[in-house]
Amino acid sequence: MNAYDLAFYLIAAMALVGAAITVLSRRLVYAAFNLLLAFLGVAGLYALLAADFLAIAQVIVYVGGILVLLLFGVMLTHRIYDTTLKSVRVQPLLGGLVAAGVAVLLIRVAWNTPWNTTPELAREPTTAKIGEAFMKHYVFPFEFVSLILLVALIGAALIGRSRAPKSGNGR
Amino acid sequence: METTITTYALILALPLVAFVVQVFLGKRLPRGGDWLVIGAICIDLLLSLRVFFGALFFSSFAGTPFVWNLHGWLGDADTGVLALSTGIMVDNVTAMMLVVVTSCSTLIFLFSTGYMAGHPRYGLFFAYLSLFAFSMLLLVLGNNLIALFMGWELVGLSSYLLIGFLFEEPVVAPDIVPASACKKAFITNRIGDTGFLLGILTLFSFTGKIAYGDVFEAVRNGAFGDHATLLTVAGILLFCGAMAKSAQFPLHVWLPDAMAGPTPVSALIHAATMVAAGVYMVARLYPLFTPDALTFIAYTGAFTALFGATVALVMNDIKRVLAYSTISQLGYMVFGLGVGAYSAGLFHLMTHAFFKALLFLAAGSVIHAMHRAYHHAGLEWNPRSGENDAQDMRNMGGLRKAMPVTFVTTAVAVLAISGVPFTSGFLSKDMILGGAFAFGFVEYPQHFLIPVFGFAAAILTAFYMARFLIMTFLGATRVAERGQEALRESPWNMTVPLVLLAVLCGWFWYNPDPTTIFAKGWVSSFLTPPASAVPPTLVTPSADAHHVAHLTAMLVSLVCAGAGFFAAWMLDRRGAISLEHWRLSGSRVYQLLANKYYVDELYHTTVVAGMVGLSRILGWFDKVFIDGMVNATGRFQTGLSELSGLIDKFGVDGLVNGLARFVRDTGNEVRQIQTGRIQNYIVYATVGLIVLIVVTGM
Amino acid sequence: MVQLPHFLTVSALLFAAGVFAVVTRRNAVALLMGVELMLNAANLNFAAFSRFSHNALDGQIFAMLSIVTAAAEVAVALAIVLNIYRNIETIDADRAGDLRG
Repeated sequence: MNAYDLAFYLIAAMALVGAAITVLSRRLVYAAFNLLLAFLGVAGLYALLAADFLAIAQVIVYVGGILVLLLFGVMLTHRIYDTTLKSVRVQPLLGGLVAAGVAVLLIRVAWNTPWNTTPELAREPTTAKIGEAFMKHYVFPFEFVSLILLVALIGAALIGRSRAPKSGNGR
Repeated sequence: METTITTYALILALPLVAFVVQVFLGKRLPRGGDWLVIGAICIDLLLSLRVFFGALFFSSFAGTPFVWNLHGWLGDADTGVLALSTGIMVDNVTAMMLVVVTSCSTLIFLFSTGYMAGHPRYGLFFAYLSLFAFSMLLLVLGNNLIALFMGWELVGLSSYLLIGFLFEEPVVAPDIVPASACKKAFITNRIGDTGFLLGILTLFSFTGKIAYGDVFEAVRNGAFGDHATLLTVAGILLFCGAMAKSAQFPLHVWLPDAMAGPTPVSALIHAATMVAAGVYMVARLYPLFTPDALTFIAYTGAFTALFGATVALVMNDIKRVLAYSTISQLGYMVFGLGVGAYSAGLFHLMTHAFFKALLFLAAGSVIHAMHRAYHHAGLEWNPRSGENDAQDMRNMGGLRKAMPVTFVTTAVAVLAISGVPFTSGFLSKDMILGGAFAFGFVEYPQHFLIPVFGFAAAILTAFYMARFLIMTFLGATRVAERGQEALRESPWNMTVPLVLLAVLCGWFWYNPDPTTIFAKGWVSSFLTPPASAVPPTLVTPSADAHHVAHLTAMLVSLVCAGAGFFAAWMLDRRGAISLEHWRLSGSRVYQLLANKYYVDELYHTTVVAGMVGLSRILGWFDKVFIDGMVNATGRFQTGLSELSGLIDKFGVDGLVNGLARFVRDTGNEVRQIQTGRIQNYIVYATVGLIVLIVVTGM
Repeated sequence: MVQLPHFLTVSALLFAAGVFAVVTRRNAVALLMGVELMLNAANLNFAAFSRFSHNALDGQIFAMLSIVTAAAEVAVALAIVLNIYRNIETIDADRAGDLRG
């Protein structure tokens, strides 16, 4: 067991513990902060996989962006000091069974499939190559996804905009 | 006193802008925006007065009218094909018309603020008034036939809107329905307009010009050549337009019904604007009328003058008396122009505008008070039996005590319209009758009927106007006692216009010498007849003939007025001023007059019935031939469709229905698992995935 | 020696956690968290496969695109959640059923 393996197990444990608390905790704020742990863990795994740019992107986008958005979501939809800032769980047994089934299945696939792997390549910076690939070979997906992002953000701004107060159409 | 295009553009633009603003914002503006419209017309009045005084004292238009052209208005200016320009022309006649129109409009608008107060469409009413003023000013200011026609039609449109303004009321006076009256006015005017347009097109086809000066020039240079008869025809066609607008027999029928509009509208239509348009048009195109055409005009006018006066004798509705008197007075103007008394005709237009506006506004004031009295007494007007009619003179009497201002001003107007000395009416009527006298008795004895009709109408005018005054204001009151205490003078914004108009009925504005023996006043030199463009001109009555005729005519007309007043006084003494006994005697003549010579009925049985008959015939043709063809085609189609329907029903429908039934039944089963909860769907999806992988993979 | 299956195992567990959250939670924001976990698991797979195969960068690039899409998705989803909350005062996914057919 070398340092690389040790790092992997530590980081994987961190990610999995974070994910577990996220899905099990009844308090939404706890869940959100443990999600941070899970995201950071995944970023660490990216680093171990020699995907340095991806790791940084994961930290910036997920931790810096998405998680903050989620926290806003939590806080804006609840009174912060409300003791009911909890998430009710339903059908935990069914959920557990399904999740376990998925996990078992995927893990069996992972270990039983004869993956056509190559020996690990040398670790080298990927940022320049990714940038070049986006500008040349993958320019269409790149532009397309930026368009999607633009449209989605405009849509989000439009939907989330507060309107003139009107009596709710609900109850 | 130089005037510029800015002045005239402003005069035209202000009412138009006020109209547009009023239509869109009238409801939101404070006071319904009446101040906007009145402000616009007041500025117009001031500008017009400046133009008028410039013309009067500084002769700004002596010899050469002010002309401004907008080139390339219609057609292609480059190739010159049908290149028409429009523009503005101002001369003395225009200046006078501007003042008459704007001053009458200003006072009538002011009066309307009192009369229409509280009406739900108050703002819109003022918008229409403004449109009316704009149309009239466009008509007056234009320098060509097309602009004249456009103004003409706009006047027709806005009069339609105003006459029908109370369209939601079923009946406003016996037999008068606003929604029909406005249509009647519009359609009758269309008949005249058709003639007018044909006249314009005749002129255009011969001369190729539309500007007044160019047309006159071309005609003078022999554009009609050998077709001089056609020029007469063109003149009579043009006059057809005037017959409708200025309510000459036989196209006068719309005018009495036009009182369906609110009383200020009647004043506007009958006095200053709409009816003056026809007279103005004849005066403006005066050089084009051949002697024959002028004779036709003179006869039409003279007959109309007598005709209107006789009907006015027996009317009992206060506004109807005034309406028929308007017809009669317009007849005066028209035959004045026809006999060559050009300045007299226009002069009468101006004086009549003031005293007729005054009479109508006074009638409005009276009606306003009567309504209040009936309302106070709790009496309802019954349109069927005619009881409690606030416009019926038989229900009035003795109003002079309650309404002194209205009474005095009305009396002034009655004297003026009857041609009593020291009034404006005396001056203008005298000039017309003098011209007619010289024409019919001195120069062309074969046309003696024209002055005879004129003088007869003068007697009748004095009679029916005196009757109007006596029945309304003098004698004992016939208003129900409970309502009498509510009778009171109208508010200031209604009486002030009355007083101002009464002042304008004085002689001193027009001639320092009330007898016209020593001085002729400014009018005859201000409004000189234009040189005729028709080569062999009808010799206009020479100055000598006028002079000889003048004194005689004046004396005769004085006698006529006196006779009329005396007759009225006598009848009143005998208590018979309301002519009830004449009505009760069942006289044929009375029936004829009371039914206005059955002109409406005649039109109804001939023109209207003819149209209906024609439509019936066309309808029958339609039904038998056209419908037959259509129906045969239809039957064939029906048969074809039935056949394909059978195929559809059993073949296609069976298949479709079977499919649909299958889908529905399946759906009913499957929908059981559609709980609408996302989580359940995810569970299904994941379980499905697991099963799939397990089954296929392992 | 840590190889591809190790990474795939971590990814599978993350994914299972996400599924569990999505199935059991009723709070819309919590549902979103579960979805994010699943997306992360998928991205981890991409990166892992990319590391242990020839054309080294394709997986990473796909993961990048996926991250961007996820960001867009979260933005829209949160906007909808806020809107629902404003209108019916709850973000309980089960009770926000007004649009149910």
